[in-house]
Amino acid sequence: MLADYTRLALTGIKQKGIRSLLTMMGIFIGIAMVVSLISLGEGLQNAMLEQFEMMGTNVIMVMPGAGIESMFGSAVPVTEHDVDVIKKTRGVDVVGGLVTKIAKVEYKDEIKYSWVSGFPQDEGRKIIEDMQQMKIETGRDLREGDKYKAIVGYMMAHGDVFEKEVNVGDNIMINDQEFEVVGSLERIGNPDDDSSALIPLETAKELFETDEYIMIMARAKDGFDSEVVAENIKEELREDRDLEEGDENFAVQTMEQMKDSYMVVIDLVRIFLIGLAAISLLVGGVGIMNTMYTSVIERTNEIGVMKAIGAKNSDIMSIFLIESGILGAVGGIIGCAIGLSISKSVELAVKSQGIEYLVASTSPVIIFGAIAFAFVVGALSGALPARQAAKLKPVDALRYE
Amino acid sequence: MKDNGKQPIIKLQDVWKIYRMGDVEVPALRGMTLEIYPEEFVAIMGPSGSGKSTAMNMVGCLDVPTKGHIFLDNKDISKMKESDLAQIRGRKIGFIFQSFNLMQNLTALENVMLPMTFQGIPRAKREERAKRLLKLVGLEDRMNHKPTELSGGQQQRVAIARSLSNNPEVVLADEPTGNLDSKTGVEVMEMLKTLHEKEGKTIIMVTHDKNVGDFADRIAYLKDGRCCDKEDI
Repeated sequence: MLADYTRLALTGIKQKGIRSLLTMMGIFIGIAMVVSLISLGEGLQNAMLEQFEMMGTNVIMVMPGAGIESMFGSAVPVTEHDVDVIKKTRGVDVVGGLVTKIAKVEYKDEIKYSWVSGFPQDEGRKIIEDMQQMKIETGRDLREGDKYKAIVGYMMAHGDVFEKEVNVGDNIMINDQEFEVVGSLERIGNPDDDSSALIPLETAKELFETDEYIMIMARAKDGFDSEVVAENIKEELREDRDLEEGDENFAVQTMEQMKDSYMVVIDLVRIFLIGLAAISLLVGGVGIMNTMYTSVIERTNEIGVMKAIGAKNSDIMSIFLIESGILGAVGGIIGCAIGLSISKSVELAVKSQGIEYLVASTSPVIIFGAIAFAFVVGALSGALPARQAAKLKPVDALRYE
Repeated sequence: MKDNGKQPIIKLQDVWKIYRMGDVEVPALRGMTLEIYPEEFVAIMGPSGSGKSTAMNMVGCLDVPTKGHIFLDNKDISKMKESDLAQIRGRKIGFIFQSFNLMQNLTALENVMLPMTFQGIPRAKREERAKRLLKLVGLEDRMNHKPTELSGGQQQRVAIARSLSNNPEVVLADEPTGNLDSKTGVEVMEMLKTLHEKEGKTIIMVTHDKNVGDFADRIAYLKDGRCCDKEDI
């Protein structure tokens, strides 16, 4: 029975030809947007969660200024003195500061400007290493006592920064100071990190003539809640800097808080974009409704005939609902295909920039959800026209030319 | 009137149909009474405006009367709901229209199968029966053609096959030759006559054409919305 209705509905769609296609377009643009946005949003969220997961949730960051946005501003800097203060704070395990600057890097007469980071050599380096998920690919790690030694990121080592590959044992010049390359890193997945060079913290401070850290990272001791430890650090720093509560010129954030604030932003963006997509779906639905009303008028005579030969109101209703549902669902399928190819190409485009961790989600929930949703939009938009068709009086419908 | 001692299959009893056009009431039928018995071939004739079409709609359960009663197989259909009427139409009445009214997007075979679809008959059975009916009307080699690929006469034969698909007791023909040339018209009429004689179908036909009317066993004359004698026309 359903198969027969579907066949009848399909003849209706075929009959309208290009108009059916245009109607579907309204739906598939919306669905393509929804699918690509959800797929990318999901991918982005997964990537970020994964990153945060790897960094460990017991890490606390201390930055100058009132938040992450002033990382590059000119707020009161955080220095080695603050590291000492934080070290003494209750519940803090290890602490490490980080200096990062764009520097002139020279290799075999080729000059590039890259990020150069100074890493502490003491116990503090462990958290930073964990956070950045660095793994040595060749050579060795920096160790205490190293001065003018460097390790290079994956892209720098493999000829993506300089024309020639940088190997262990080669010398590079950073701000006109010669460094010996002792190791290279595996790919991190972020082009900025992968094309940077790492040098000992003290050397970096000297080289860049600075004692300001871009941030300080601390790890909470096992058994301590990082939120509590973060509050302790805040208190100690306030005391040290003689500040009232609320007047902090520094920011302390746990990884958890950072994750939450990122997620809030991602969610907001997603909701906004999906809202836009929903509007376009609504417009698509109105398009289907319009087409279906026209269809009912055009097929009035046929409806009359079908009724005369025994079609009940519910039969007519079903045929038209299926017709509009198919318009929606086919629009949904096309939209899904387009949406997924959009998100996959974004993924590839991003990958070609060296960022590895954005993987567009292609979960079946998204695909089937979107198609089912498109079917429902179609059927709902067709409900009123179908009702009108079903309610036509056979005599009137037959008389209609 | 021929009475075989049987109950009438269709009985119109003082049927009124009043159409409302704005504020004006236009009575199309004014107390029409008519009995049609099984296996009769009746032509309803009358000048235009006599209420033929309305009468046809009443007999065909396409519409309900404003006043009066219509009995189909002794069941009063004048107060029935549309969905029940649809069921009755589908099972008991086969329609043949002046302008054929085939579904343009379906093939001849699919058109003949359609009424059975609405009765929920399985596909295999539908197809088999539809093929047999198309053969009966001599269109076995045109089964997969769309209406636009068929001549008027062929289309009307498809319509005849369709009208028979649920094996109805009554076939209703509304000006069946109205859109056909006289030669094709005669062919179609002869086919109806054969149906009546060989299959024993009750055939009710509305026409204004005397020559067509003569194919029937009996002619019911209609004037000003009620039945009358031939002499009153």
